[in-house]
Amino acid sequence: MKPLLALLRRDINLFFRSGGGAGQAIGFYLVVIILFPFGVGPDINLLARISIGVLWVVLLLAILLSAERIFADDLEDGSLTLLLTAGPLPELVILVKLIAHWVSIALPLLLITPFLALMLNLPAGGLIPLIICMSIGSLGLCALATIGASILVSIRRANQIISLLILPLYIPILIFGVSATSDMTYQVEKPYTSLLILLGITLISLIIAPFASAQALKANL
Amino acid sequence: MFGLANPTKFMRFSSLLLPYLVIITLGLLGFGLYAVFNAPEDVLQGSLSRILYVHAPSAYLAQAIYVFMALANFTGFIWRHPLADMAAKNAAPIGAVFALLTLITGMLWGKPAWGTWWVWDARLTAVLVLFIMYLGYIAIWQVIEDQVKAARVATIVAAVGLINIPIIKFSVEWWNTLHQPASLTTSGSSIHPTMLTALLVMFAAFTFMFTTLLFISVRTEITRRRARALEMRILQQNIAKTNSALKNSEAE
Repeated sequence: MKPLLALLRRDINLFFRSGGGAGQAIGFYLVVIILFPFGVGPDINLLARISIGVLWVVLLLAILLSAERIFADDLEDGSLTLLLTAGPLPELVILVKLIAHWVSIALPLLLITPFLALMLNLPAGGLIPLIICMSIGSLGLCALATIGASILVSIRRANQIISLLILPLYIPILIFGVSATSDMTYQVEKPYTSLLILLGITLISLIIAPFASAQALKANL
Repeated sequence: MFGLANPTKFMRFSSLLLPYLVIITLGLLGFGLYAVFNAPEDVLQGSLSRILYVHAPSAYLAQAIYVFMALANFTGFIWRHPLADMAAKNAAPIGAVFALLTLITGMLWGKPAWGTWWVWDARLTAVLVLFIMYLGYIAIWQVIEDQVKAARVATIVAAVGLINIPIIKFSVEWWNTLHQPASLTTSGSSIHPTMLTALLVMFAAFTFMFTTLLFISVRTEITRRRARALEMRILQQNIAKTNSALKNSEAE
């Protein structure tokens, strides 16, 4: 347990200190959300109606675009091989790296989401459901991003192909993330059904990702 | 199956089998098309409903080929069966074409029947996602040059995709549906017997078409690899010759 915690701390520190890690994702998230009203027009009611979907799609893309970074730096300086061969199970190492990625990429995005939600005129009472659903969903998104990153770890500039590979996997999380958020916002009958399914898909992704990534890294290194 | 792991044996076996496969495919396809144009027209849609005989078999194959591909990959992964990997690699483009064919025929059918080329209907969307999954899988084989490594990575992609297909189906159905429910079920079907015969023959014809195409493309790949091996050998001989000629001229 101790080496895993040390690894978690190391990864988070590296992400925040190496620069460009979380900042890139936040910048992307901010820019796209700000661009959106210019694209669809400043109509407040229209923005309110599409805000949940827009926020989810942009969150998804921000995580997708940062996927390459999960293993890239460690591969470059050779520490990835060491981490996978020495010490704890490779699956656990990958699980820790995945959580570190979530803390350093998804968490900052979640922190600025309330401000952007206000700018998009999110319906009243929608903020708390949005944050709850996004924190669950983004963990699943990070898990699936890990699969993509490990599959293409030895390919340079793999971002486009990662998108192609991971996009189909992201669709269920997007569908249930958006539907859970709007169910809870608009207080429909049985508001938690979608949330439970979202939770289920996230847990499945969290189980599959370490095993699939470990196999992929083994094949690649 | 394991005897065929040897490419030479496979080439001999498949060259014997291939003519029969071609004859069966063409025969079934001819009979199927004849049956299609003799089947009664749909009351509401008229001749338009004949798109079904291409649309449904392609949709079935697009999904079946993905499963076949994943199983072939597992065989290659577990038993290190080189031809299984090759079969998976060559099945992917064929599957992608059938998925595309499903989408195109679906759009052609959708325009007159629904009044629009594309609706974000559950089944259309699921096939679109399947098509993207094929593209991702094909991209893996393209970008990883070492074929042994590519096979292992492709297995993981196929496995994750296989788990994902039912989840996607479930979620897009949750998301939206206005397609007619499946009419070919195990407990009796809701279409006319002559239409059913035509449809079943087309299913068989398409399946044999896939098998034939797969055999041809695996054979092509083996031939291409042999050609490359020969080229490399000639190249090496040439280099050796030049080297010895250089040495001789130096000695003189």
